[in-house]
Amino acid sequence: MSNEATLHQHEVHTHHSDHGHDDHGHHDHHEHKQHFFSKYVFSMDHKIISRQFLVTGIFWAIVGGLMSVLFRLQLGYPGESFKVLSYFLGDWAPGGIIDPEMYYGLITIHGTVLVFFVLTAGLSGTFSNFLIPLQIGARDMASPFLNMLSYWFFAVAGLVMFASLFVSTGPASGGWTTYPPLSALKEASMGSGIGMDLWLISMALFVVSSLLGGLNYIVTILNMRTTGMSMTRMPLTIWAFLFTAILGVLSFPVLLSAAVLLLMDRHAGTSFYLSEIYIAGKALPNVGGSPILYQHLFWFLGHPEVYIIMLPAMGMASEILSTHSRKPIFGYLAMILSLIGITVLAFLVWAHHMFVTGMSPFLGGVFVLLTLLIAIPSAVKVFNWLTTIFKGNIRFTVPMLFAIGFVSLFISGGLTGLFLGNSALDIHLHDTYFVIAHFHIVMGISAFFGMFAGVYHWFPKMYGRFMNNTMGYIHFFITFIGSYVIFWPMHYEGVSGMPRRYYDFSSWESFNQFGDLNKMISVAAIIVFFAQLLFVFNYFVSVWKGKKVTDPNPWKANSLEWTTPILPGHGNWDGEIPEVHRWAYDYKDDGNGNDFIPQTVPLKDGEEAH
Amino acid sequence: MSGLLLVLLVALIFVVLYQVSRSSELVASIQGEDLFDKKRNKLLGFSMLILFATLMIGFYACHKYMMPLMGPAAASDHGEQYDFMFMVTLIVTGIVFLLTQFLLFWFAFKYQRDENRKPLFFSHSNKLEMIWTTVPALAMAVLVAIGLKSWFQMTGDAPKGAMQIEIVGKQFNWISRYPGADGVLGKRYFTNINDKDNVLGQDWKDKANMDDIIVQNGELRLIKGKPVELIIGSRDVIHDVGLSHFRMKMDAVPGITTRLWFTPTVTTTEMKAKTGNEEFVYEISCDQMCGKGHYSMRAVVVVETQAEHDAWMAKQQSYYVQNHPDEFPAAKPVEAPADSAKKITMK
Repeated sequence: MSNEATLHQHEVHTHHSDHGHDDHGHHDHHEHKQHFFSKYVFSMDHKIISRQFLVTGIFWAIVGGLMSVLFRLQLGYPGESFKVLSYFLGDWAPGGIIDPEMYYGLITIHGTVLVFFVLTAGLSGTFSNFLIPLQIGARDMASPFLNMLSYWFFAVAGLVMFASLFVSTGPASGGWTTYPPLSALKEASMGSGIGMDLWLISMALFVVSSLLGGLNYIVTILNMRTTGMSMTRMPLTIWAFLFTAILGVLSFPVLLSAAVLLLMDRHAGTSFYLSEIYIAGKALPNVGGSPILYQHLFWFLGHPEVYIIMLPAMGMASEILSTHSRKPIFGYLAMILSLIGITVLAFLVWAHHMFVTGMSPFLGGVFVLLTLLIAIPSAVKVFNWLTTIFKGNIRFTVPMLFAIGFVSLFISGGLTGLFLGNSALDIHLHDTYFVIAHFHIVMGISAFFGMFAGVYHWFPKMYGRFMNNTMGYIHFFITFIGSYVIFWPMHYEGVSGMPRRYYDFSSWESFNQFGDLNKMISVAAIIVFFAQLLFVFNYFVSVWKGKKVTDPNPWKANSLEWTTPILPGHGNWDGEIPEVHRWAYDYKDDGNGNDFIPQTVPLKDGEEAH
Repeated sequence: MSGLLLVLLVALIFVVLYQVSRSSELVASIQGEDLFDKKRNKLLGFSMLILFATLMIGFYACHKYMMPLMGPAAASDHGEQYDFMFMVTLIVTGIVFLLTQFLLFWFAFKYQRDENRKPLFFSHSNKLEMIWTTVPALAMAVLVAIGLKSWFQMTGDAPKGAMQIEIVGKQFNWISRYPGADGVLGKRYFTNINDKDNVLGQDWKDKANMDDIIVQNGELRLIKGKPVELIIGSRDVIHDVGLSHFRMKMDAVPGITTRLWFTPTVTTTEMKAKTGNEEFVYEISCDQMCGKGHYSMRAVVVVETQAEHDAWMAKQQSYYVQNHPDEFPAAKPVEAPADSAKKITMK
């Protein structure tokens, strides 16, 4: 079904009576009132779906963040009683002290929801949906129906995960990587009971959601660009979303297969991952399987997943740094080539998560080489961002601050990857707090900064209102400093060998000297958590009460989304879809006193395309 | 009740912040948006320098605070190599880190909005891009070269004459096994396991098992200056033998035998003196999530001299003898004489 045909079927009249201006899409169709359900719930409009992804992502970010506050209480104050723990955890925190089973459940679900629900669905789901049609000049996604399904599979995956928090044996508790045999045998841990089944089902649903979304993004980008929007004129955001989707489509099915095999080992008596196990007083019949097989399958997704999280953040940071510096992105082609480099290499480095599994040293050597190669495109990107702001004319808007913060955190977290990717160093650092520090800074916080930058930047387009600036600045400074305070000292703990996923360090001679530090980190984590609630508060208040946007192009940007009405209706452009005549980064004098030339402006006589 | 108060307090703070923010917007519209924006932009530009300074001071303070708390220098030959390689990587990444962070915040400050200056239209430069593709590539080549050299050495075969000790993980403790007088670890299989008298599932038909010594708390007794090869296994789920003081680590995987080797260079007693900590012990931490008791899966490593080791070994009784006392009516608590223990380790 073509895009236009779909739109005919789902005719819209967007009522924005409170905005006082006419901004509904598609005047040339007859208008009728759309039911609340088809407009806001089972919507096929990419802009509504993107907001659904974002709001659901925010919900999960609060849940995941709250979990980290709860387990940080235990880490900072082991064995001390907290009312808040018994309030949230009930019998799982007898006397206000968290039970180890639940502690492990919390870290597992914290990791899972932040990686998948927040930084995958909430990030690329939100912005791929919102920006792809708007920035390439399409009325909607190639298949609005699949797009809607993509959201609802995600929502149901979330419901299943949420339900798993309430089962009597607790949620999955083997860490977000859920390695078997721990995750395969219910004798091994309480969380490996029904909680683990729900986890696997939730992941399977999530994979479906991600595939439906990803295929849609790829097809839309390749086929539905407006006249003149050649691939080399696309904003870098779109390039990033394209490669994100390709990564997801090629790697998520492998996670699905890993999950299915694990389900079969759990319930169908197979031995894919199980061999020679004696547990709970008896020897199991399974022989011949390999737990390492699961790790290969998991990390074949797990590593590309890191880039599924990073690439959209990189794309948006590129766009935002350029726009708010009033300068073209430096090295547009190099940026695309480095995205391609990262995408290809992302598939070839998974086993660097497995250097200490007893793998063949030769194989390990190959993965070291390929892993450290990724540093090259990453370095190119960093230097290009630096050169983009060099001699610019920087507006320190909230999105710009977050984009600068993104670059700073990406550098800090990226460089520690050179330690972990080098197997000889990884032997000692593997599964210590060094790893926690590394990936939280680079794919946790820095991706979050990319996401925040995106939300603050495109909020005017999403809701026709601005988010409150002052609160945005407060949010930025607390989060930026706070994140370093939380994660920087963890590098030192890791170098001392302090293992991750420990409930309590106090009985360890080698690690108990960090008690005061752990307290400090916990306090910082709680402060940063509340600063995020400030963002949520700002977000929802601004949706209804924020300052109204009066200029359709408030950031004076070049890309196509700013040529739509302030609040574009279903179909995005009132009249014809605009034609594109130049790339998205012509931030230069247009001859009329403006410092930017939108993509829709034809080249002047004698003007060369970039 | 106090929880409710806390929630109310936070909500109140948010509302106050919101009102303050609103009023700053009002001030902006009274002053004129543009003027207000310019003033704020200047302030924020300056804040970039402050942010950079804060980061640097913070990193320095953190370093000052952390260094006295860090574990001691490596206590194995691999570990010494490791510490060297860590320093090289730290210097390379440290330079890049300082340079790029400085440029980021300096550029942000220096090139803040200024109506009198036109931003430079600078969209690409092949020369620059070549430089910053090649330089990182060369730096990576160096790091990979050093890394692989150490990696192949650390993961290569243990030298001949290394003592062998088996260490097996289970929820939630370690069990170690020494080969006894014959210097050979007997065969074992998981179906033979029972917690009463055969914790590792030794096959009693294999005579090599008869003199194997099992230490149920997983204690490892190593000899200073003598290479040791650990034969690693697991009874149930994946564990990991984490030897942070020796900078070594290896997973214990059910159904698969893994190995690691190193040469301890500092005895426990020497380390106590070195660190000035009478309580010092080398610890084995489980470094792979293994369930509820993961955080308590601890064992101790004792590095001692050959003489001390021989004395300890002489006091041990084989696991078979311990569990079949009736077959050895004359069994003395001392099974293996001191010199035979020496023979194993010299093998």
